[in-house]
Amino acid sequence: MGYHFDFSDLWGYREVFLKGIWLTAVLTVVGCGLGISVGIAGAASRQYGPKWLRVIVGTYVELMRNTPFIVQLFFIFFGLPGMGVKLGEVTAAIIAMVINLGAYSTEIIRAGLASTPKGQIEAGETLALSGSQIFRHVVLIPALKRIWPALSSQCVIVMLGSAVCSQISAEELTFAANFIASRNFRNFEVYFITTIIYLGLAIGLRQVFRLIGRYVLGAR
Amino acid sequence: MKRRVILSAALSFAALLPLLHAGAARADTLADIKKAGTLKVAVPQDYPPFGSVGGDMKPLGYDIDMAAAIARDLGVKLELVPVTSANRIPYLTTHKVDLVISSLGKTPEREKVLDFSSAYAPYFNGVFGIPEEKVSKAEDLAGKTIGVTRGTLEDLELTKIAPPSTTIKRFEDNNGTISAFLSGQVTLVGIGNVVAASIVAKHPPKKPETKFLIKDSPCYVGMNKGEPALMTAVNASIAKAKQAGTLNQMSQKWLGVPLPASI
Repeated sequence: MGYHFDFSDLWGYREVFLKGIWLTAVLTVVGCGLGISVGIAGAASRQYGPKWLRVIVGTYVELMRNTPFIVQLFFIFFGLPGMGVKLGEVTAAIIAMVINLGAYSTEIIRAGLASTPKGQIEAGETLALSGSQIFRHVVLIPALKRIWPALSSQCVIVMLGSAVCSQISAEELTFAANFIASRNFRNFEVYFITTIIYLGLAIGLRQVFRLIGRYVLGAR
Repeated sequence: MKRRVILSAALSFAALLPLLHAGAARADTLADIKKAGTLKVAVPQDYPPFGSVGGDMKPLGYDIDMAAAIARDLGVKLELVPVTSANRIPYLTTHKVDLVISSLGKTPEREKVLDFSSAYAPYFNGVFGIPEEKVSKAEDLAGKTIGVTRGTLEDLELTKIAPPSTTIKRFEDNNGTISAFLSGQVTLVGIGNVVAASIVAKHPPKKPETKFLIKDSPCYVGMNKGEPALMTAVNASIAKAKQAGTLNQMSQKWLGVPLPASI
């Protein structure tokens, strides 16, 4: 063990780190927000929609859940320009994260919707609530409450998965780490710090989800 | 027992002495080549497009073509000796080969142990781009986006010399940078001319043109020191190939670009 840790060199790169953390946070917040919205729409369509819509959403879910994230990302960034759709690296990263999380959260939320007791919906009807009121207050929010822990875990996975976006030159946290390591060759120190930052971000994200669960959904 | 080992070692060393002496005295490799009727050349076999092994297991590439041209001019048979970038100079200094034609660049350290002919192939890092991009120097990159491979010489240099308004997109490896160019995600790339050649080889709708040089390090034929006759013959052969347009054809064939004026 003759390795000498030297973190002093990294201080000069703090702005690169901060920029990386910022983009990772933006990717995560936008990706998760839109991804969960897609998931709610997808779950409702697959659970209550007409047959043709169920087939379309089902195909989308299976396509996304059975292909690697990095391939989806490359398809969007390197593949789509061939069809004339040219997207910047941040846009491509967000779209990839949204469609990926959208598919997974469709299934997670659908599990919540499917486990709604029939009597609960009938109770809503008895109270003369409209269809959309029943869906929102009687079905969706209790369903989200039930699957909230699973959904927050999936969002943490997506946040950590955003590391892959460095491959298409999106300058998020992993890009920052690779960038610094290729400049000062202090790999151990760089990835040590990066690991701690990711850990902090993941714990922070779980806290945010816990607070949303408690104050917005009224869980526990 | 021990004494016998020492004795035999001393004896074999004594037996080698005349050989060493002969090696030092041999000054005219060119005469030896003509006498033997073969020119032994160290060439790369793992470095396309300069030297690689084809489907028929025969070596091919820019360096192999150059070696063949020199052997033809000397009127001797060519014997190719595959080497790696690490052992190509030892092969020369121990007289296992007569010439090194192995995308060899000139450095002060190398000039101490061997002599270099005139340049026969371009080798440089530069900014390449589609014809529509009007860029001829680093300042012209202002406000533009350029793709590079992270941590390469091009990345480090462009980070220094490009104006602050330039967006440098850094990809993980050459394949990422090549894909970004081919898919149109970037219209300018900072790469080596060998990498640019591999883009041209894919016949993209828009070929990368050389915009400006970042660092120039052309390839030379290497030979042992103190071989004036061989040096003259090799330089004459390179000059002939340049004049006849053979070098330009080789550059077009293997690198996909015309021979630059600097060679």
